[in-house]
Amino acid sequence: MKLQNLLLIDLKSQKKLNAYVTENFENCLKLSKEFDNKPNYDLKLPGIPIAVKDLFCTNEVRTTAGSNILNNFVPSYESTVTQNIWNEGGILLGKLNCDEFAMGSSNETSFFGNVQNPIAKDLVPGGSSGGSSSALAANLTPVTIGTDTGGSIRQPASFTGTVGLKPTYGSCSRYGIVAFASSLDQAGPMSKDVKDSSILLEVISSFDKKDSTSIDFKRNNYSSELTRNIKGIKIGIPKEYRVDGMPDEIENLWKKGIEYAKDCGAEIIDISLPHTSYALPTYYIVAPAEASSNLARYDGVKYGLRSSGESLIDMYEKTRSEGFGEEVKRRIMIGTYVLSSGYYDAYYLKAQKVRQLIKKDFDEAYNKVDAILTPSTPSSAFKIGEKSNDPVSMYLNDIFTVPVNLAGLPGISIPAGRDKNNYPLGLQIIGKPFDEQTVLNIAYSMEEKINYKNNITDWWM
Amino acid sequence: MVVCDIIFYHMTIDLKTVKHISKLARISLEEKKAEKLADDMNSIFEFIEKLNELKTENIEPLTSIAETTLRFREDKITSDNIREKILKNSPEKNDDFFVVPKVVE
Amino acid sequence: MDVIMSKNNSEYLIERNDNIYEVVIGLEVHAQVTSNSKLFSSSSTKFGAEPNTQVSLVDAAFPGMLPVINEYCVKQAIKTGIGLKAKINNKSVFDRKNYFYADLPQGYQISQYKYPIVGEGNVILDMPEGQKQVGIERLHLEQDAGKSIHDIDPSNTLVDLNRSGVALMEIVSKPDLRSPDEVNAYIKKLRSIMRYLGTCDGNMQEGSLRADVNVSVRIKGSTELGTRCEIKNVNSIKFMQMAIIYEANRQVDLIEEGEEIDQETRLFDTKKNETRSMRSKEDAHDYRYFPDPDLLPLEITDEFIDQLKSEIPELPDDKKKRFIDEFKISPYEATILVSDIDTAKYFEEVVVKMGKNRDMKLAVNWITGELFAVLNNKNIDIAHSPISAKNLAKLINLIKNGTISGKIAKTIFELMLDGDIDPQIIVEEKGLKQQSDPKALEALIDKIINDNREKAIEYKQGKEKLFGFFVGQAMKASGGKANPQLINEILKKKL
Ligand SMILES: [Mg+2]
Ligand SMILES: [Zn+2]
Repeated sequence: MKLQNLLLIDLKSQKKLNAYVTENFENCLKLSKEFDNKPNYDLKLPGIPIAVKDLFCTNEVRTTAGSNILNNFVPSYESTVTQNIWNEGGILLGKLNCDEFAMGSSNETSFFGNVQNPIAKDLVPGGSSGGSSSALAANLTPVTIGTDTGGSIRQPASFTGTVGLKPTYGSCSRYGIVAFASSLDQAGPMSKDVKDSSILLEVISSFDKKDSTSIDFKRNNYSSELTRNIKGIKIGIPKEYRVDGMPDEIENLWKKGIEYAKDCGAEIIDISLPHTSYALPTYYIVAPAEASSNLARYDGVKYGLRSSGESLIDMYEKTRSEGFGEEVKRRIMIGTYVLSSGYYDAYYLKAQKVRQLIKKDFDEAYNKVDAILTPSTPSSAFKIGEKSNDPVSMYLNDIFTVPVNLAGLPGISIPAGRDKNNYPLGLQIIGKPFDEQTVLNIAYSMEEKINYKNNITDWWM
Repeated sequence: MVVCDIIFYHMTIDLKTVKHISKLARISLEEKKAEKLADDMNSIFEFIEKLNELKTENIEPLTSIAETTLRFREDKITSDNIREKILKNSPEKNDDFFVVPKVVE
Repeated sequence: MDVIMSKNNSEYLIERNDNIYEVVIGLEVHAQVTSNSKLFSSSSTKFGAEPNTQVSLVDAAFPGMLPVINEYCVKQAIKTGIGLKAKINNKSVFDRKNYFYADLPQGYQISQYKYPIVGEGNVILDMPEGQKQVGIERLHLEQDAGKSIHDIDPSNTLVDLNRSGVALMEIVSKPDLRSPDEVNAYIKKLRSIMRYLGTCDGNMQEGSLRADVNVSVRIKGSTELGTRCEIKNVNSIKFMQMAIIYEANRQVDLIEEGEEIDQETRLFDTKKNETRSMRSKEDAHDYRYFPDPDLLPLEITDEFIDQLKSEIPELPDDKKKRFIDEFKISPYEATILVSDIDTAKYFEEVVVKMGKNRDMKLAVNWITGELFAVLNNKNIDIAHSPISAKNLAKLINLIKNGTISGKIAKTIFELMLDGDIDPQIIVEEKGLKQQSDPKALEALIDKIINDNREKAIEYKQGKEKLFGFFVGQAMKASGGKANPQLINEILKKKL
């Protein structure tokens, strides 16, 4: 397995990238030695140090969700997903930076500062799993896990030339993951190649009684069933993903991807997902609405930051104003507004209905095809600060990934080419519900044909 | 019965609304920030208004994408007394209780 | 006094300046579901534990914690619905009710808003004027909040989350109640049904049963509803009644002064005996309900419901009917005996233990008379009665078969209280057996007639009242043990 060959180059040098919020290096070293004394190579992640997005609660290790309001929070429990990793021999290396409460597409909303994309200086690593994608691309962790609510695994993977998979909703337990939008959140693997993602998925995907939305379906041995034989597999190309103003580079990448897929033996079929353009507006009602309620528990009473106030209400208002950053506040406000009396039907209920239409689009498409191929993002990584003052243009980043979350489908982003600046670009493969295996197989085949390699110069060292 | 589809033509979100919403959300806002927020929200809602193009009267709303039904748990006590763990992160220290500013009912 | 003291308990009328108002009441009862663990978490629901010792990570709303529903609580809600003759909904949805409060750790309460688990039903009240049906609007499941304690720390409020997440059934009545007496009867009937079902212990001191009381007034005869006020979280029937009386009169006063009634939430101050506006929750009234995305819709099959139906015990209304038919007791007596499940159980055990030659009249009288008096005096419930049903049945049989007189029975009853003693043993030990030997009694009566010759002559001449005198003398002479029936017979013969 490739994982063990990875060099953990001078983790101290990561400071400039700012990928880690909390380092667990000492403890990791200790546990690694313990593993070496009593190695067990039957495990799937034998003694492998792994850093995880700081949205996963880790027992006795600070968990911040990138927020000031959880700055000092130390859970006494472990998320199911991370527990699965430790059960298979993984060792916690540290907690990785992310957008505050996973709200962002550039890792610029973290209370702990921007994260640098190792590809080039002052370039965003994508978000919200930006610390994860950065650490992975910079060899600061051999593999990692992120969470994906609207593209937060796939978009940063695309921006850093790495692989990121969002599983079917209900595949990975949400227990112990700081919630952003409960009906959309999914944890997923991020890795250098498809094989590692398949191993990691095998480890983290499990039925969990502690999560009522966890689904009890037969999970594959994704890594051992991985195959490059995708002959005759039907891949759909949705015409609605050809959006206005999409750069030629993206269009060309997509065309190239179609050729790769054909080379691998897949059959290409034109399909239509007619409600695609409604996905983002739907998402920007559903996600903030759920978030506004999910984040109500951060009130200064049980844990986290508390600002002093003259009364209970005053304490709440000050704590939440000082504890949350601007983007989080913006989304809580939007969510509160769309649920408030008189607006619920016009916004929230409407969005749920459109969500149904979007899901039906996919259902129909899957009568004809086995998977769908699209670009991962409408552009390559942008400069830090470039979009941070214009929320809508920032939100447009997720235009290709959001429909997948709304429909609860598995989707993977694999690196597939470069733009004129030599920044990586990704392709997305979307699968049927619970059919991660097909998604992985297609990605595995195309990966070989594309033969993408990051050329990172270690500029931050 | 004809059920009318509710189409909400977006009105500008004014400062008063922003302040009301911030009250509901228990987030205090300075005047300047409230203005900026009103602007941001307006541009976001302008973008959201696109949904009004769609007729949705006969569509069943989708609440959960997980197409199963609610799973039951047995009526068993498996959680012990973990008061120490429950209280250890609380900002105002007390061995027995959570502590908040005096509430007058 | 301008409250019309109607002899009718089913209405409460207020007269002001020739206007007669009636009060219209609807109740939202919060009944704690009897279960081991909480609605969405596996911590204990036991009452009276040390603060915050029955709190799980879910109950305290730690980041990433998720609700998982307790099957037993769902069953309990459905059973209660069946007991209320209500429609059980095959599909219901859990919603979040969003508001901030110190004892609400999630910042929302998981409740059921649009689609409750139980729909419309009804409850029959036995009022002195006859039966009255009260409509049930719905029953839904929801989480209880924690407890804010204001009187330990002078400068802070302390929060105990032991109750946080305990399952409640909110039972919403239609606005069908018209008087404090009906409210009393309604709460008692609900409690009775739930205790029969074992779905709620109905213990009001421990907060297992509380109610939000919706009160409005209108001119009697009007069919429109007035503006209502909701009096929150009243935890005793007496306080509910006091709150209703205060609130109804307050509203009538406002109307008579030409003022509007604000639809608002009020609090009943038990010390001042008045309701007042709850200002603290004033600006948090937009609850932003939406389906909880952590939970899927609750789907229940007909088979599941049928199975629960088959487990429903005989409920008070049916039991009452059966008691009347089978035991030939009066409806009034039956109502009293079925009102509480433990009373009904006690009575039925007495009936069984009396055996073939049972005497219902005696059984009813002894339970509702002597026994109730003792229980009331000592403030114990019938489940812990100092005299067992078995021994009470024995006592009744001793009266019935003439072994002892009713008067002696009362003496024996007092003695039985001291450790549930077998009445047969008392009779034997104290020699309290009734004298029923006709020869001995004849001798005794002969002597009395002899000693009172003049009175006997007066009696024969028509002074019939004197018969009682002779009975009394005979009883006295026997030390109260003579069989009164035999005395009567012999006296009639001899005089
Ligand atoms: Mg209420
Ligand atoms: Zn309630």
